[in-house]
Amino acid sequence: MRNYNPYGFTGKTSIFMHILLSSFAFLCIFPFIYVIIISLTSEQSLAVHGYSIIPKEWSLDAYRYLWTMKEQLLRAYGVTIFVTVVGTLISVSIIALYGYAISRKQFMYRKQFTFLAFFTMLFSGGMVPFYIVVTQFLGLKNSVWALILPLAVNAFYIIIMRTFFQRSVPEPILESARIDGAGEFRIFFQIVLPLAIPAIATIALFSTLAYWNDWFNALLFIDNPNLVPLQSLLMKIENNLDFIRQNAMISSQDSALLNSIPQDSAKMAIVVIATLPIALSYPFFQKYFVKGLTIGGVKE
Amino acid sequence: MKQFGANLYKSRVWLLMTLPGLIWFLIFAYLPMFGQVIAFKDFRFHPDGFFASVIHSEWVGFDNFKFLFSTNDAFIITRNTILYNLVFIVLGIVLAVGVAIILSELTKQKFAKIYQTGMLFPHFLSWVVVSYFVFAFLSVDRGFMNNILTTFGMDPISWYNESTFWPYILVAVSQWKGVGFGSIVYLAAIVGIDRNYYEAAMIDGASKWQQIRHVTIPMIMPLIIILTILNIGNIFSADFGLFYQVPRDSGPLYSVTNVIDTYVYRGLMSMGDIGMSTAAGLYQATVGFVLILITNYVVRRVDEDSALF
Repeated sequence: MRNYNPYGFTGKTSIFMHILLSSFAFLCIFPFIYVIIISLTSEQSLAVHGYSIIPKEWSLDAYRYLWTMKEQLLRAYGVTIFVTVVGTLISVSIIALYGYAISRKQFMYRKQFTFLAFFTMLFSGGMVPFYIVVTQFLGLKNSVWALILPLAVNAFYIIIMRTFFQRSVPEPILESARIDGAGEFRIFFQIVLPLAIPAIATIALFSTLAYWNDWFNALLFIDNPNLVPLQSLLMKIENNLDFIRQNAMISSQDSALLNSIPQDSAKMAIVVIATLPIALSYPFFQKYFVKGLTIGGVKE
Repeated sequence: MKQFGANLYKSRVWLLMTLPGLIWFLIFAYLPMFGQVIAFKDFRFHPDGFFASVIHSEWVGFDNFKFLFSTNDAFIITRNTILYNLVFIVLGIVLAVGVAIILSELTKQKFAKIYQTGMLFPHFLSWVVVSYFVFAFLSVDRGFMNNILTTFGMDPISWYNESTFWPYILVAVSQWKGVGFGSIVYLAAIVGIDRNYYEAAMIDGASKWQQIRHVTIPMIMPLIIILTILNIGNIFSADFGLFYQVPRDSGPLYSVTNVIDTYVYRGLMSMGDIGMSTAAGLYQATVGFVLILITNYVVRRVDEDSALF
């Protein structure tokens, strides 16, 4: 009888598979490394040789330049962090409460409320009416709430939460708490929430990522430079640094200084510092993320 | 009525819990749906606000739709949206399933974890950041690609003006960003397969490849089918970031990068054509809705448990 390795590929195939996957994994990370290198290249070297993997001349000028616009950058960081923290808190609270209510049989209208949420996954109002509602009806143009509220609720996450509550929060526990005289809110906060931490963590992670990476709502609703989040700041300097020059208030001072601004390397340096928090933290929450993806896959 | 009131009172705790969500849905989901009537109106802003604007605008029937479909735009954006999504679906499955199978078969799981961490990285980035990554490669005078081309004595290519390459670029970027994420779901399904099947296959003398072909793939087939059908339901909506940020909103590329979502956005923000943009949005929402209903019906026939509703 031939002998198979029961748990994996054999010999050469295995090596080939490792090469294949490691190359793809490298390809996924390489652009980020490349951008870091560009940000560390001197502007002169960029002008002569273009972007290269091994620059002729290294330089920290780009980061020194960022230091001169630190107020603008810190403000953008501040907006992003505020939006992410407040948004995630609001989002998780609304989703958990709604998901819990429609998971309980005692709630007479749970079917109607489930449908109300579910239907929004099937049909949407579209971008234009949405835009008009936010700007005209709510008057949120140039308000930080225009960055927070539109992303607050997601019907799909509500359904995930409901499924989790149905499966993992046994009714008898709640029943005994009710007999002891606990109100529904007290039960929710003291018994249900601790049981639901894995699901809450998952939704919170999804939500955090969505808020951190959002630029679309800023594109639609934010003109005020003080309210521009990181991603949107990056977008605005896509083709030039004018936007930052104006807001760094150095435009009137010295044109020689302006000419010495590292252009491309500075742009890439901003990309680096906007991405670094995610790049450093994601390996840590990757496992929750992976777990969370499999929670939602199961129906009822 | 009295009964209804009594029921409401009895449900008051639960209603209170759903209240924030209810308000959000009414304002951010249902009010815009009502706002779709703008598609049938010549929309004018009214100083009295949102409702006044909608009510006072004049009815124009299907004029907005007539304009939309009389231009070439409607055809191009529909074609682009559908074709790109079809390619994304097919390629997405092949690559994600392939990666998931290989990951599951690697003997050293430590390496598998490392690869997975690398492949998942792009998923955590915003499209704005990705657009800079792409620019680092495609910049006309400094980019990686043109550096290589000129090194080999070829003419540099003006990537952001040359539409022929963009279908490939967009597909590559979308897969680069999505494969790691997509493979997780399949990997979870593969790990869940009962090991006894593999042992039985091995006793019968099946090679690794035969095991993959006759055990792994059939076992995850239901999942593949369901995810595919669900994606088909979404075939009418595109990823705005991919089609707007990555090509840097470059005009010469519109013929291959314009999709319904970017068309609606440009109509709203740069041309101010609210009526026609709304009409395009309603066209998208309606066809998408019908597609989801049809696909759900199909799923229900194939496998009742997997149906969405």
